Amino acid sequence: MIPGAFAYHRPKSVKEAVAMLADLGEDARPLAGGHSLIPMMKLRLAAPSHLVDLGSIGELRGIRTDGGDIVVGAMTTQHELIADATLAAKLPILRETALLIADPQVRYVGTLGGNVANGDPGNDMPAVMLCLGATYQVAGKGGERKIAARDFYEGAYLTALEPGEMVTAVRIPVPPAGHGAAYEKLKRKIGDYATAAAAVILTQSQGRIATCSIGLTNVAETPLWAEAAAKIVVGSTLDAATIKQAAVAAEAIASPASDNRGPAQYRKKMAGVMVARALVRAKSRAA
Amino acid sequence: MAKAQIALKVNGKAVDALVEPRTLLIHFLREQLNLTGPHIGCDTSHCGACTVDLNGKSVKSCTMFAVQADGADILTIEGMAAPDGTLHALQEGFREMHGLQCGFCTPGMIVRGYRLLKENPNPSEDEIRFGISGNLCRCTGYQNIVKAIQFAAAKLAGAPVKEAAE
Repeated sequence: MIPGAFAYHRPKSVKEAVAMLADLGEDARPLAGGHSLIPMMKLRLAAPSHLVDLGSIGELRGIRTDGGDIVVGAMTTQHELIADATLAAKLPILRETALLIADPQVRYVGTLGGNVANGDPGNDMPAVMLCLGATYQVAGKGGERKIAARDFYEGAYLTALEPGEMVTAVRIPVPPAGHGAAYEKLKRKIGDYATAAAAVILTQSQGRIATCSIGLTNVAETPLWAEAAAKIVVGSTLDAATIKQAAVAAEAIASPASDNRGPAQYRKKMAGVMVARALVRAKSRAA
Repeated sequence: MAKAQIALKVNGKAVDALVEPRTLLIHFLREQLNLTGPHIGCDTSHCGACTVDLNGKSVKSCTMFAVQADGADILTIEGMAAPDGTLHALQEGFREMHGLQCGFCTPGMIVRGYRLLKENPNPSEDEIRFGISGNLCRCTGYQNIVKAIQFAAAKLAGAPVKEAAE
């Protein structure tokens, strides 16, 4: 399969990239790892006239700590997330999630920025970012702005990005030391998108859940922040009845489509099952 | 669209070429450089038959444009054996342990196995299976592919190797 013709651009800085995106207009697309965009172009579902390759922009790479936040450059690959010692210690849910994305070859190339900015409901990182309360740093010709992950997703492939804007970094508030986290993903095989998946971050105090946040992947047009489900859990010992109630609350906001992964009713139910499993595992990891 | 000039290294040799931006790396390797070892299996980033090593990473060359490989150092299956024809330990492993049947996935498997062993010279069976999970084989059931990679790991580590598959 051969994509449609396009002109190729490789800017060296964010400033140059956003100027290009603005000048070239809506027929231009930024290219990150390309593992969503290139397959779409091969199927001619996308036919941009210009590709602005972000691969040579050094300032878009790397993982750094900034006060209480960890800032991950948009072009940081899943493979780099998996290998990073700071993330493993402070934000292990990123490593756990990245290891469940696609396969080794794709993880060498696929980026965090591409994963969160594309707006594909099948992508795993967006729900994790909702769960963590992350913020996306965005650059456009008019300057920079920040968009909360929880305000970013508007529909399938539809985000709060304006034409010509791109995500440059993801800023994640580091959860308290001793927090427990888990990402549970049901998939048919390695490399598959989730039938349903859930991200959980929680803290506990004297055997009771003190704080909890839950995100859901691929059970709606957008990733979901399951606020009501998380609220049910706070204050409890995470007994079986509470877990069940939280799962039911998560199922209530899920509206998956029927697809090859199963009928909508099954996938909705699985959203609840993933929440239940993630809660239990996150608690087992919390201090 | 205007063609782009690219300069890269493929199997240790410097290559200068003119490519259309939309030319996929796999098409460039197979059709412009006549390196037909990397195969087009699924053409949808799933099967891994097109895997090549690029700047120390295993990549699916069907999901990358040749123009993106400007300046890169690429290794394909054609670059695995020594110039005198001595097989790489992985190639020997696939032969000794019957790691292939039809052979279609083998170039991708071997090149992926190469990077896997560079990163983890002594992988467990589970690590091998997870490490090659981006490469599909529809013949072997993977048993002998895993054994072939174990053979290569042992050989590269200088350990005595088992002679043949069961």
